[in-house]
Amino acid sequence: MKKLITSTFAVVAVLFAFTSCNNSDNSSKSGALSSNNAEKVYVAPGEHDSHYAFLSGGYSGNLTVYGLPSGRMFKEIPVFSQFPTSGYGYSEETKPMLNTSHGFIPWGDAHHPDISQTNGEVDGRFVFINENNTPRIAKIDLKTFETTEIIEVPNSAGNHSSSYVTENTEYVVAGTRFSVPIPQRDMPIKEYKGNFQGALSFISVAPETGNMDIKFQVLMPGFNYDLSHPGRGKSHGWFFFTTYNTEEANTLLEVNASQNDKDFIAAINWKKIEEYVNNGGGTMMPANYAHNVYDEVTHTATSTMKKEVRVVNPSEVPGAVYFIPTPKSPHGCDVDPTGEYIVGNGKLSANLTVHSFTKMLDAIKNEKFAGEAYGIPILNFEDVLAGVVEQPGLGPLHTEFDGKGNAYTTFFISSEVVKWKLGTWEVIDRKPTYYSPGHLAIPGGNSGKPFGKYMFVMNKITKDRYLPVGPELEHSAQLYDISGDKMELLLDFPTHGEPHYAAAIPASIIKDQSQKIYKLADNKHPYAAKSDADTKVIRNGNEVHIQMTTIRSHFSPDNIEGIKVGDKVFFHITNLEQDFDVPHGFAMIGQNNSGLLVMPGQTKTSVWEPKEVGVWPFYCTDFCSALHQEMQGYVRVSAEDSDTPIKWSLGEDIE
Amino acid sequence: MKKASVIMIIGSLLLLGLFKFPLWDIELGAPQYPDPLGMSIYIQGIEGAEEFDLQNIDGLNHYIGMKTIPKAEEMWEFTVFPKVIIGMVLLGVIIGVLGYFNKVNYKYFMGWFVLMSILGIMGMYDFNNWLIDYGTNLDPNAIIKVTNPDGTPMSYKPPLFGYQKLLNFDVTSLPDLGGYLLFLGMSLTLVAFWLGRRASLKKTT
Repeated sequence: MKKLITSTFAVVAVLFAFTSCNNSDNSSKSGALSSNNAEKVYVAPGEHDSHYAFLSGGYSGNLTVYGLPSGRMFKEIPVFSQFPTSGYGYSEETKPMLNTSHGFIPWGDAHHPDISQTNGEVDGRFVFINENNTPRIAKIDLKTFETTEIIEVPNSAGNHSSSYVTENTEYVVAGTRFSVPIPQRDMPIKEYKGNFQGALSFISVAPETGNMDIKFQVLMPGFNYDLSHPGRGKSHGWFFFTTYNTEEANTLLEVNASQNDKDFIAAINWKKIEEYVNNGGGTMMPANYAHNVYDEVTHTATSTMKKEVRVVNPSEVPGAVYFIPTPKSPHGCDVDPTGEYIVGNGKLSANLTVHSFTKMLDAIKNEKFAGEAYGIPILNFEDVLAGVVEQPGLGPLHTEFDGKGNAYTTFFISSEVVKWKLGTWEVIDRKPTYYSPGHLAIPGGNSGKPFGKYMFVMNKITKDRYLPVGPELEHSAQLYDISGDKMELLLDFPTHGEPHYAAAIPASIIKDQSQKIYKLADNKHPYAAKSDADTKVIRNGNEVHIQMTTIRSHFSPDNIEGIKVGDKVFFHITNLEQDFDVPHGFAMIGQNNSGLLVMPGQTKTSVWEPKEVGVWPFYCTDFCSALHQEMQGYVRVSAEDSDTPIKWSLGEDIE
Repeated sequence: MKKASVIMIIGSLLLLGLFKFPLWDIELGAPQYPDPLGMSIYIQGIEGAEEFDLQNIDGLNHYIGMKTIPKAEEMWEFTVFPKVIIGMVLLGVIIGVLGYFNKVNYKYFMGWFVLMSILGIMGMYDFNNWLIDYGTNLDPNAIIKVTNPDGTPMSYKPPLFGYQKLLNFDVTSLPDLGGYLLFLGMSLTLVAFWLGRRASLKKTT
């Protein structure tokens, strides 16, 4: 009996030892791991993130700037939408930025930011981004982080397979998602098939200035050109576009455009077309599109209407365009850093199709065609196929690369991101995302040199990820550490608007070029007042121009008389400060306009049309200094038929 | 004595550094100015450490009623100092050359050093007087008036040397490269004196 008891004790003791040992192992492991993840995203107060991320704002029309790994938002850059915060699209200087062939448009749908490149590497000079609804491409200067150019894209509709740059930023490319009659005309919708066309626009970027100009448009068959990517390295000179609706349906597309087992990836040899165009090829067709340029010296944008565009029919340039059959309405069209593999993310397919650029060239060389569509040769699926990632998930949308031979694909339906190996096509890891991811981004993702440390996924559905805030939610994003074999979820952060794609870059490439002020001496705004002596109020008919200055902590002048009901008053405000981060604001009571936020050295203009007599105050809206509250002034508004003379003052009374 | 004379010449020539590098630096940091504002005092005038620093210092100082930082033409010192320095360099070189050819003895080296020291002390005294005036001669209608506990107006005089807290600003005043070259040059003339003296003692024993 005693023996039994002792041995029982012994067994219990051994078990206890085991379990307790296991317990302590588990707890210490999970504890260490989770605290490790917190450390990986913790950027101590006052310290800086290692990467910038530029997230499109989707239907906000803007671009947001985030830091990685912290997930903190630093700035919202107004691009296609009016932005009352700064007065963008409200000030006289920036209204022309939003001009189009349809007139002034206050809003846009911004999709795919892409950073300019030199020799296939992100160079941090510009970010380009497309507007989907009223087709436009914008350029954001990464010295000022402001939008400096917007070009409208004619003959396009649903500017979605945009705005990706080639490896030396020779072109920023904009493809149409919706095919339309070219030129636009009154015709029955049911005659879509064979009559509508899709324009793929190659917008040249001047090497020094970055100025954009539509070099040519390739008029393709009436499919939907969904997404695109440039060839790079060995495939530099080519551009690849996914298509859907090769059925050319014009109604109930969710069914009618999902009938073909395979749609196409269109491979465009743009170097060949460029050569053709440089030799006078193509046709200039009448068009009407806006080209808006912001001049940082005059602080003013101008909008010019362009009246023609060069179009190229693919049949004119033999050997320039081919179709690669790709299963099931492919969405993302992604090219790996070497330029060899072209991933077609067939969104209704269970498998992921990868094409080989080398095999494509072979098939073209040997003229192994399966047929043709509208005169464009169709290659054989099997001849071009590099491999298939079998059953990686449901609903593949987009793929990015880490530069170490791995690819990462988002799966919308199964709500996950899957890591797989280029060449062997084996799945290495999968992690859930929350919920239903769209794009993902790796710094330097669309380039020959990705920086494969972080990857983040931008999701379409948020639901319960954050504290509830009613029916309308911001979207969620998740940051993963991809430096190891397995992806590790580090951080979940809310974004603004609906980020589609994002472009990210190591901070070291751009942070030192970021401008602190605008030099007042360089300001060539026609209404700039560069000192108190330049301030004035001038009446010209019923227009009154007030050239006013701001400096801590007063407006000059701050007493103005002689304004009349019915006048159109232009407040031209110059901020005389030359100190970093000392903007001044301007707001006028009852003004049917936004306020202004004027950066040091800048001039901005706000229009006010007073409707009532009285003495109306204005004030600085940015808490600029200890005496910010004192930064105010008055405008006396007299009756239309009064003879109050125009007078102004600072520091003394108007007599 | 040859060695001593060469050192005397080098020491005097080092003063020329004052034409290229600042004599003195005053740095103003504050919570709002993590990158401090700075003014560099050259013998020909005052310059900002960054392009707009002087303008920004003046902008802040208008709140407490300080005068703007003087332009070169507004202070006689900035025309006289360069001449004095050039004169002393020439004098030092001449003494050195004469010493090299044994036309003068080592005591002239000490003479130069004493003269330079007197001029330097006068310069510092003058500089300090300007700082006092700059920091205390305030506009009576200043926006912000701060008084000491005893009711007298607070002085914003930056320190002549070292650190001082002035309201939200941390003010540090230290020599810059030009100043260090001046001190080094003067020290070398002392060394020249000692070497010259030793050589002459050797000769006589």
